[in-house]
Amino acid sequence: MYGTGLAKGLLLTMRHFVESYVDDIRYGFRKYHHSTDNFGIRQGTKTKGVITVQYPDEKVAVPERFRFVPFLIVEDEDHPTRAGKDWCTSCGICAKVCPPQCIWIVRGNDPNTGRPVPEPEAFFIDIDICMNCGYCAEYCPFDAIKMDHDYELASYDRTTHHIHDKERLSKPNSYWRSIAPTRAYEEMLARGSWEHKDAAKEARRGAASARSSAPRPAVEQPAAAVPAKSEATEPAEASATPASPAEGATPWSEDEAKREERRRKALERKARRAAQRGQ
Amino acid sequence: MDNPALTPERLLETTTLDEAISYLLSEYADAVSLDDREGYQGVIVDSRRLVGIARVIRDDLGFDYLSSATAVDYLGAGDQMEMVYHAYRTSGGGALVFKAQTDRENAEIPSLTSIWRGTDFQEREAWDLMGIHFPGHPNLKRILMWEGFHGHPLRKDWREAYYEEDLKPFDSRWPGGHVHRAEEKNVFGKNVTYPPDIDLGRLIDSSETAVYQSLGLGVDVERIMDKDGFETNELVVNMGPHHPSTHGVFRMVLTVDGETVTSLEPVMGYLHRNHEKIGERNTYLHNIPFTDRLDYISSMGNNHGYVLAVEQLMSLGRKYNRPTYRCEALRVLMVELSRIVNHLWAIGFWLNDIGAFFTPVLYFVQERERILDFFEAVAGSRMMCNYMRFGGLFGDLPERLKSVSNLTNDRVRDYNTMQFLTEMINERVPRTIDDLERLLTQNEILIERSVGVGVLSREDAINYSAAGPLLRGSGVDYDIRRADPYSIYPELDFDVAVEAEGDMYARYRVRVTELRESVRILKQILPRLEATAGESIWADGKPGAYAPRVPHGEAYGRVENGKGELGYYVVSAGGRGGSSNPWRYHVRAPSFINLTPMGIMSRGYKVADIVGILGSIDIVLGETDR
Amino acid sequence: MDVNLQELNKTEFPVPAELENNIAITSLSELYNWGRRNSLWPMLFGLACCAIEMIATAASRFDFSRFGFEVMRATPRQADLMIVSGTVTKKMVVPIVRLYNQMPEPKYVMAMGACASGGGPFKEGYNVVSGMDKYLPVDVYVPGCPPTPQALLHGMIALQRKIDGQSIANGDDVPWYGVGTAEPTPVPVLGPDIIDPRQMDMIRRQAEAAATDMDSVGVRELPAATQMVAARVTAGAAAESEAAPVSQDALGFVLPTGAAPWAEAEDIREKRKLRALARKALRATRRAAAAEEE
Repeated sequence: MYGTGLAKGLLLTMRHFVESYVDDIRYGFRKYHHSTDNFGIRQGTKTKGVITVQYPDEKVAVPERFRFVPFLIVEDEDHPTRAGKDWCTSCGICAKVCPPQCIWIVRGNDPNTGRPVPEPEAFFIDIDICMNCGYCAEYCPFDAIKMDHDYELASYDRTTHHIHDKERLSKPNSYWRSIAPTRAYEEMLARGSWEHKDAAKEARRGAASARSSAPRPAVEQPAAAVPAKSEATEPAEASATPASPAEGATPWSEDEAKREERRRKALERKARRAAQRGQ
Repeated sequence: MDNPALTPERLLETTTLDEAISYLLSEYADAVSLDDREGYQGVIVDSRRLVGIARVIRDDLGFDYLSSATAVDYLGAGDQMEMVYHAYRTSGGGALVFKAQTDRENAEIPSLTSIWRGTDFQEREAWDLMGIHFPGHPNLKRILMWEGFHGHPLRKDWREAYYEEDLKPFDSRWPGGHVHRAEEKNVFGKNVTYPPDIDLGRLIDSSETAVYQSLGLGVDVERIMDKDGFETNELVVNMGPHHPSTHGVFRMVLTVDGETVTSLEPVMGYLHRNHEKIGERNTYLHNIPFTDRLDYISSMGNNHGYVLAVEQLMSLGRKYNRPTYRCEALRVLMVELSRIVNHLWAIGFWLNDIGAFFTPVLYFVQERERILDFFEAVAGSRMMCNYMRFGGLFGDLPERLKSVSNLTNDRVRDYNTMQFLTEMINERVPRTIDDLERLLTQNEILIERSVGVGVLSREDAINYSAAGPLLRGSGVDYDIRRADPYSIYPELDFDVAVEAEGDMYARYRVRVTELRESVRILKQILPRLEATAGESIWADGKPGAYAPRVPHGEAYGRVENGKGELGYYVVSAGGRGGSSNPWRYHVRAPSFINLTPMGIMSRGYKVADIVGILGSIDIVLGETDR
Repeated sequence: MDVNLQELNKTEFPVPAELENNIAITSLSELYNWGRRNSLWPMLFGLACCAIEMIATAASRFDFSRFGFEVMRATPRQADLMIVSGTVTKKMVVPIVRLYNQMPEPKYVMAMGACASGGGPFKEGYNVVSGMDKYLPVDVYVPGCPPTPQALLHGMIALQRKIDGQSIANGDDVPWYGVGTAEPTPVPVLGPDIIDPRQMDMIRRQAEAAATDMDSVGVRELPAATQMVAARVTAGAAAESEAAPVSQDALGFVLPTGAAPWAEAEDIREKRKLRALARKALRATRRAAAAEEE
């Protein structure tokens, strides 16, 4: 009969309408109660209704692998030896692997010797170019750059807000471990330690005389694996990591006292920065 | 086609690809030669005899479906321009690749539009971007850029206004890279020439008049005065680029006689993002996230095609391992899920176009959100998945689809991955498809709007190189997953959806059937995933290098994407021991080529049907314009 | 209509207890802003990938009509907000500027995603405009590629906040109450490349420099067929353009010469450079001090 198809469709829309409201009534006021798993059920596969996320009051938390703009990991303030130190060694792989080329790195140089030091002098990411692809985090051999989960970045002026400099990019290691615990754990397994690769290596150095120099471009790679070749970056790597064990004067292998000194300075610097920000 | 008698030529239709090539080489020895460059395939045809030999390839050898026609500029590597054609048989099998060469200065290759109408837009694109002239083309004008644009941008010696360097990575980024936006360094673009007497008062934008003129729609005073007074029964109507029903920034120029469309001309390029030019500057790896942004509804499928093409090239080298079984299974899982997303989206917005405003879309988007949640948890982004790598994947399935609270008011969800997938595939998606059918398939209004509208005949569909549901809706049993299988599709059990009518309703039916077939495939994938749990997703057991060197050669990787055949033509050349940047990177975009028959499909229908016909083709502008 | 009195009643003025919740005392600006910010109708207008996320935001799961972005209007005449959702190409910027000129004031522009904000990953392309703000005044930038629906909602709330902060007494905030008709934004011209009529002076200077000193800027010779249309019109040379009716509406607009857009860029770059130098100097002194301590 003409019209049965129409009627069936209308009944279906009616059903959807009712289902959504039945769902709402069933959850009643509990729907805003976030200690239970109401939200997970209502936004999961089991729900039947069409349920709205009340955005500013309740937000869909993003999964661990979610990627937005990148950030740089710096060591926590309470780290015994490396507080406030960058994980980044300015090896430049992220800048090379970035498809839209939105990463600019100024490699740091020791003012006394003029030799490159393994930390970036400046680091810029233009988030108006960044395509959130996550390659920088994926291919960073030091797990020093990660994709942030904070997507609430809307601003009124792009010239001042959208070029993230090193200060804006730096976030503590504990932040990364809090937003992506599983990933951080996997990376720890691959590195073999919770510490930065260089710090862990240094700790092991006493025993091992032979040094494996070239960092691997892989992330999830067992620590024992053979170092992968990285032909394009070989010279860069060589300059960013110690060329021979004899160069003990480089900042990452200085003695205990100097390290203490550096740490104190870093903390001071941080405090000053915080004060400036406070103003 | 209509004469089944077995003449000697007819027998040739059943020959193998190698036999077909040797037939061409022996019969037309003076015009056809084997392409013996390292890593290349197919034959090179003397461009003066191209049309005749193309006819032989189509009619005698049976390669009736011309998938792709594109140009390559070999500046510094032979210094010639080359048109590359990939022809297939609709009965299945590999490609007969044939090429025609011309010099760069007065590049000229005869048009093949008389053999395959499907080359129409592709030749216009080659003219626009490469500057190859095609004598015999009925309407050779720019297609992606505007008339009056300077130069042909895909030529290797052409530079854009904000040109930085030939190849990525750019040296200015590291070490010592301070932020200098390219447009600040070079505000007005050194690579644009303006005449010295340029003057605002005389500056005229001729791009619009050029469009109408080349369509023969310019204000022709004499023609009007010749007739009895003014002509008022024929009217030129512009739909787009800003129009709610053109699925993006697409534009159609129609002439209407009353309400009836007498001619329609697609005008595109409003989202031409220079994908191919950027792709040739990128390294191979850089291109994967860019492919996400082609058909942004189904980015997983785009990844797959590109990765297949580059893996084909890599397999030419000595050290090459095929991707593992788990990797292939995961790829198929993702691709089929995105096919579901794509078809739901396509049907939803097609319904929007023909008047079922937004109710079905809301239901389908709700379903899509669930699948995107899965993509987000596995690949990291809802839409731009960037999931596949050469010889592997970004990552294995996580054990749990878990979110982490970070911002204030964040609500956390935590599902078991396999359970989530099982519920989606066995319950939610089939339920949605059932709903869809109940809502629409027998809906009288839908049937009256769509049956017999926008008809594309079987012959035209093949001749116009239509692909995907548009081709299968016209009764051609051609699905690349069956006809030229890739990945693990040969061992999966599914049917190819075909409808013979060739109208809007048939295409809708094809999509619904494909949704069901996708669910069927996914149900077979789940046990395979469970069986391979723990297996590496990397061909070599470890993640691939970030700057792989790819052996010399050419490859055409194609997949059956939601919108149709998505092909990537990648040429690796230059440098010893392979290259790290593609020499040529071309996308055979189904949305682009499927628009070629738009003109004949809409002739004689009403204006209100046009949006529906466009919706039933299912285009996405990121892919149309690239 | 549901009026949130608490929202309106933000005054310091003491209200008698018996009248509380019955009257609202507010500044006119606040009332006016409240009206504006809660009925921003976006234009149904999508450019690229971001448009899909915009649709997802409009759909039931995120549903931006909760904020008064109630309906998307397909015609610019009924729209208050233009969400530039996706890559702006040179070919498309012409219609976009026309659409913007057709929107009634007050009107707002939101650049959604990296492409609309600053060109995004495609900015190096020959047909891509690196940022909508090169042509239109953008109110809110939403970064991300693409921004998730929640990021877009955040941007929309940011726009509402921006409106909240405006005052009806300040002419800069509400320029549409000025005297006379508003100047339309000049529509760019598609020549050999896109030409912003506002940059005409600079282009002419560059063209003259190029004509006198060819190798200074590395200009290439262009094929004759693609030479400047203006040249063709004056010479009347090309046969096909002779028949072309000259559309007068495309003639450029003469512009008030304000601060040139490149000056801004120059300025910012200069500032950035100074800042970087200062940072460097600071570091150097600090290091020197450390060395002295030793």
